[in-house]
Amino acid sequence: MRLTCPCCGPRDRREFTYYGHETFLHRPAPDAGGQAWDDYLHNRDNPAGPTRDLWYHDPCGTWLVVARDTVTHAVEGSEALA
Amino acid sequence: MSGGWRIPGRGAGIDRQRPLRFRFDGREMEGFAGDTLASALMAAGVRVVGRSFKYHRPRGVMTAGAEEPNALVEIIEGAQQTPNTRATVQELYAGLQARSQNRWPGLGFDALAVNDFLHPFLGAGFYYKTFMWPRQFWERVYEPIIRRAAGLGSLSGRTDEGAYEKAFAFCDLLVIGAGPAGLVAALRAGRAGADVIMAEADTQPGGRLLADLPEIGGQGARDWLAGVQAELAALPNVRVMTRTTVTGAYDGGTYGALERVGLHRADPGDLPRECFWRIVAKRAVMATGALERPIAHPGNDRPGVMLASAMPAYVNRWGVAPGRRVAIFGNNDSALATAQALTAAGVQIAAYIDPRPDVPALQDFPVYRGAQVVGTRGRMGLHTVQVRHADGVSEVPADALGLSGGWNPTLHLACHMNGRPEWDARIAAFVPRDGMVPGLTAAGAAAGGLSTAACLTDGARAAATALADLGLPVPEMTPPGAEDAPYGIAPFWAVDAGGRAWLDFANDVTTKDVAQAAREGFASVEHMKRYTTQGMAPDQGKNSNVAALAVLADATGQSIPDTGTTTFRPPFVPVSIAALGAGGRAKGFAPERRLTSDAQSRAMGAPMIEAGLWYRPSYFPRVGEATWREACDREVAMVRGAVGVCDVSTLGKIDVQGPDAGRYLDFLYTNRMSSLKPGRIRYGLMLREDGHVMDDGTCARLGEGHFLVTTTTAAAGQVMRHMDFVQQAFCADWAVRFASVTEHWAQFAVAGPRARDLLNTLLDQPVSADSLPFMACQPVTVAGVAGRLFRISFSGALGYEVAVPARYGAALFSRLVEGAEALGGGAYGMEALNVMRIEKGFITHAEIDGRVTAFDLGVQRMLSAAKDCIGKPASERPGLMDDARGQLVGLMSVDPADRIDAGAPLYAADAPARAENWQGHVTSAGYSPTLKGWLALGFLSNGRARHGEVLCIHDALRGRKLMARVCDPVFLDPEGRAMRG
Ligand SMILES: [Zn+2]
Repeated sequence: MRLTCPCCGPRDRREFTYYGHETFLHRPAPDAGGQAWDDYLHNRDNPAGPTRDLWYHDPCGTWLVVARDTVTHAVEGSEALA
Repeated sequence: MSGGWRIPGRGAGIDRQRPLRFRFDGREMEGFAGDTLASALMAAGVRVVGRSFKYHRPRGVMTAGAEEPNALVEIIEGAQQTPNTRATVQELYAGLQARSQNRWPGLGFDALAVNDFLHPFLGAGFYYKTFMWPRQFWERVYEPIIRRAAGLGSLSGRTDEGAYEKAFAFCDLLVIGAGPAGLVAALRAGRAGADVIMAEADTQPGGRLLADLPEIGGQGARDWLAGVQAELAALPNVRVMTRTTVTGAYDGGTYGALERVGLHRADPGDLPRECFWRIVAKRAVMATGALERPIAHPGNDRPGVMLASAMPAYVNRWGVAPGRRVAIFGNNDSALATAQALTAAGVQIAAYIDPRPDVPALQDFPVYRGAQVVGTRGRMGLHTVQVRHADGVSEVPADALGLSGGWNPTLHLACHMNGRPEWDARIAAFVPRDGMVPGLTAAGAAAGGLSTAACLTDGARAAATALADLGLPVPEMTPPGAEDAPYGIAPFWAVDAGGRAWLDFANDVTTKDVAQAAREGFASVEHMKRYTTQGMAPDQGKNSNVAALAVLADATGQSIPDTGTTTFRPPFVPVSIAALGAGGRAKGFAPERRLTSDAQSRAMGAPMIEAGLWYRPSYFPRVGEATWREACDREVAMVRGAVGVCDVSTLGKIDVQGPDAGRYLDFLYTNRMSSLKPGRIRYGLMLREDGHVMDDGTCARLGEGHFLVTTTTAAAGQVMRHMDFVQQAFCADWAVRFASVTEHWAQFAVAGPRARDLLNTLLDQPVSADSLPFMACQPVTVAGVAGRLFRISFSGALGYEVAVPARYGAALFSRLVEGAEALGGGAYGMEALNVMRIEKGFITHAEIDGRVTAFDLGVQRMLSAAKDCIGKPASERPGLMDDARGQLVGLMSVDPADRIDAGAPLYAADAPARAENWQGHVTSAGYSPTLKGWLALGFLSNGRARHGEVLCIHDALRGRKLMARVCDPVFLDPEGRAMRG
């Protein structure tokens, strides 16, 4: 598997650390309540098909959102968070 | 040919001027440079090379390539023993030692050949049915018996000391296979300027050309090949990798490939045995050719029965006659062509047997058309072929029989990403579909084009497609003319004549086993495969899966495509784990990080202990100290009474700068850092977003917009990743940047009542208690070197940490240790450091193990009420602030001599040590020479309310039981007078 780091170009999967679905980007307000925080922290779908998830490129410290397909393993693209 | 098996004037692949001695089963033999072990054995007249897996039947060489199911041997190199090596791809070298497998005591007489007479009881599903009961017999009796009787080669039982390599390569176009299709593809792409890698499993390019020697463009095959090789060699953008088998196709255009580097050399010197490549290709051409398939007829496993196409390979490449009288049994035009080619090469064809009624009968050899082979004779080697034809059954004397049931395109790689091939009735075989592996195109025989001309044309086409995809110019190319005979085939899989007819030779699976599986309800191909073990041997069914599918289709009354296909998974050929894991052993798996004081610590006799990848001194033994405890106790006393020096450079250091740095750190830490004054330090706690403690450390404000964050040694990487995420995900527009400076600075703790005295001997400007109070920091000049001084303490003693650029670390450590010793102190190691931090109740990752909250630690007050921070909302969930959770406590053994161990569980004093009575556990423990007793930290349910209670620590694992009193986790100097002094 290869992912493209916006900073370093296409790189081997071994250089990346996986985090999880991009849900982690949508941090609820501190007072959003238990359900919102539960959903944010723990509840995830297990999609068969397109998904967007977060990867860290260890050598350069860039966090990316990667759009990929869990069925075909095709990587549609990736972009830096910032 | 009389007297030997070599054919004079044939065998362009061997060098008769270079004889090589080798041993097989202890027998000295001779072959030539260029031989494979298989060709050398055949030339030496060896017919039986191994015993079969289940029935222990004698077996001979079956193929001339990587798909070999029979000729599996152990290669012995000193203490090394490599089992299941295919003799057909093992190159001969001087002194090679090989041993046959699966026989005892010898190949000629094998005690377990009795299995062959028991075959009516050993059919499909035998293991499942027989070894079921009684259940306790499985581990003790059945499994050892099965493992000895069945199974393939054996291992040496020793660690593999061989060298292996891994490597990465990148290209525009990967051409897999260097037969006619691959060569033309590489040539065209090479001429276009593409970066080309052509990987060939064989020792040289050519593929079937080397065996069949067809005419190409009016030239002999070898002349044409030499011309192409010369042109490829002259192209700097083309890399030809021989002895390199592409083993798998993976995501993103990545291919695995195994290169044999030293395995074929008598003296490999420094070369690795194998190299595992990861090749990243923008496009790939799969020119892997096709594999001939045998026909399942009774007695088709006798030594001397082989693939028809292997015969011209042995004749033309290695100059070895497959037999003195050769019969060919085939159902297709390539089989007939093989018989003709062998005749032309001077091999006597005893019979050509073909089930098709309309084959041209007028040949230079006897032709049996509408005929089948219904049996063979010859215990240790074929001597008679029984042929059934319209007029009855003939006994044809023959010592070799070539089988050809047609050709299967070698499409395994195309299936590695779950793509399914399609049935092509024209050639009665599965062919790859487009797009099975993104970016990969099949060409030539691999795509179902079985003539030389078709391969040449298709290779050129595939290159043109790839070049167009790559946006490169497509140079004009007219492929040379070559043999283009139509390929006629009448599907024919198995002879129905009673007796055992083998499909999978390596796993001893017969047509009867497949039919029986279908009868017993294992009618889907995936069930049949598992029930019979068809295709599950090292050859993975390369020459049997399609025929087995056909037999299953016949048994279930379905068509072959309706029956399905089997799944091909990587690797295409067996890959040693050592090659896959090359570079990942020992220090390759866990490289060493060394402190700047490493050499001095070792010179002082300190045993080093691993802390992550770091190596840190455990203690510094002195003359007269018999145990580590004596050294540790002395080092603790030194710090408590005089001064000690400890290298703490392994702590993570992150330099944070910018106008918004304080605001950012407020969001990261539970407590407020923005209110810190320049020159001051604050202890901080970081949570994960789920409310549990991630790490703790100090935060020093070096200037208005400049902070230095320290992390624990263990969590340095995790904290950096977390800080990057928080900044990039939530506050990317804030003016803050940070970088790890862990390795830029060497940092030493100087601790003890004489710490200031020691430091002032080295500082250009001395410090006083007031000029640098507790939790303050300042720039300093240490013996002329600009550094930093932090007044912090992890021991509870009066303490400083002094940092200098790493290149001065070794020098500063020497000066500090020398000075400390002059003051009655010295260096201290991890053991003493650990005891002192337990005395003070300071936590490490033994305590913050990922399941612990600030509430559990009793530092809930560190969560600032006035601001949000990562982890704060989740940490306030009621379940995480439940008193029943484990709370940090101190533990002192009631009898101070009773040792406490980390990890031991806690029970009420009178409760039996059972899971339901578990109340907590010990996280850290050590003997305190200061307090003259064993101290521990641990987590105890509702522990803060239980100070004074006596508990039972029952460590069943180590067999220790003692009583301990619960107390505050700070055992020593709770007001912190020493460190503030
Ligand atoms: Zn990067």
